Amino acid sequence: MLLLLLLLLLLIKSSLGFKTFGFGFFFSSAWDPLHDVFGALPFIYGTIMSSLIALLIALPLGLSCSIYLAEISHSKFKEHIATMIDLLAAIPSVVYGLWGIFVLAPALGGPSLLTGGVILSIMLLPTITAISREVIQAVPHNLRESALALGATKWETFKLAVFGPALSGIVGAVILGLGRALGETMAVTMVIGNRPAISPSLFAPAYTLASVIANEFAEATSEVNLSVLVELGLILLVITVIVNGIARILVWKTTGHKK
Amino acid sequence: MDRVIEKVKKEEKMVIERSKMSVENLSAWFGDKQALFNINIELFENKVTAIIGPSGCGKSTFIRNLNRLHETISGAKVSGKVYLDGRDIFDHNCCDVVTLRRRVGMVFQKPTPFPTMTIYENVAAGIKLYGKKPKGKLDQIVEQILKQAALWDEVKDVLYKPGPSLSGGQQQRLCIARALAIEPEVILLDEPCSALDPISTAKIEELIHKLKQNYTIIIVTHNMQQAARVADYTAFFLLGEMIEFEVTSKIFTAPQDKRTEDYVTGRFG
Repeated sequence: MLLLLLLLLLLIKSSLGFKTFGFGFFFSSAWDPLHDVFGALPFIYGTIMSSLIALLIALPLGLSCSIYLAEISHSKFKEHIATMIDLLAAIPSVVYGLWGIFVLAPALGGPSLLTGGVILSIMLLPTITAISREVIQAVPHNLRESALALGATKWETFKLAVFGPALSGIVGAVILGLGRALGETMAVTMVIGNRPAISPSLFAPAYTLASVIANEFAEATSEVNLSVLVELGLILLVITVIVNGIARILVWKTTGHKK
Repeated sequence: MDRVIEKVKKEEKMVIERSKMSVENLSAWFGDKQALFNINIELFENKVTAIIGPSGCGKSTFIRNLNRLHETISGAKVSGKVYLDGRDIFDHNCCDVVTLRRRVGMVFQKPTPFPTMTIYENVAAGIKLYGKKPKGKLDQIVEQILKQAALWDEVKDVLYKPGPSLSGGQQQRLCIARALAIEPEVILLDEPCSALDPISTAKIEELIHKLKQNYTIIIVTHNMQQAARVADYTAFFLLGEMIEFEVTSKIFTAPQDKRTEDYVTGRFG
């Protein structure tokens, strides 16, 4: 219901932009606030690409981290490591942004799509690790013992008895992370370069939907400009909903045969 | 111990039983808490041995040592010897734990089919651990095992449905099938019927009767009638000690120890 109201509001507020540019808006790369010419494509590209890069880095890292913490480590530091990872999630994104500007961006050759993706991946890591670890630990102990009793090794036990039941939860963790990546504004804005252009190079500056809204909303002078920014917000919302929808389908496909 | 076996043999007036597993001075701990005290017992081939006793008497801990599952719990310790066909299962030079668990299968109290797998995949799960088999061959084995577990007729049309879609009793027989599929020699049943209704229980007991021709079976149960129905031998455990080990009929009709008598006549436990 709330979502519908929100959608309605965004639709009304962005109607001017939609009327002016039509569907061409989604496929245009132009962005010239001075002459009131706008296109959304570079932002859509930047948002999706930076999130994908983040996921590509954070998923294998986070998943192996959580498997290690939940299944392998018997060290007494295990809990501390987990707490430290959880703590990563509590760091304000603007602080990540500062670190990105001073450390990460110089290391990666300046602000770029890649820098934005890497910063995002660090921010996703705690989410994916913590949730995956929880769901892996939540798999009933007697399933593990059943696999062990069949003569499975530790790794085979994980594959046989743990991964399957935990999979839907892991997908959930990924989606939660992806949701955060798509909408993350501050840290990305600080390191991605904020240039509305689509470049084949990952080392070129880019721009995301969230960043452009944050950067330009206060300075938008014309009504068309404002309405276009709202429209970008609408696109961001739709992308998020679609991603969640895909996730639901994935989860349903892996566990849904049940009933 | 020898005395007990002698007595057992005399009582049965039959050919000498072959001992499949032999337990010597087995003690087990959870951290500092000792759960088993110097257990000595012979488990005879192609016989059903029941372990009875009140909750917390160490009967589950005992059978979990026979496939070394006890050690997987953090803080768990064990001492003593367990021989399988004359070889000590704790001796790292002779036996690795994977081979041991392949020879000594186990079924748990709560049915535990792998939830994301189909009935077929559940049965095949163990087989696949020990190398790939062509699909046709695998189909054949799965069918044969499910028949052995008296489940085939009920599931042959739903082989590709998830394991948990079956009833509790069927799930437990599926777990027995899963254990049988890796061709063990000994089967450990840890209160396999305590979560089941009487009809399912009867089916499992019937199955145990059938299976003992080919396997050595050890069943933990807190249901004395069940022990009386299915077991050839019965051991009574109390507070981590084995009080008495005898031919089943003897345990229930003429127990030697006062504590056994109190328990089987229902005075406690």
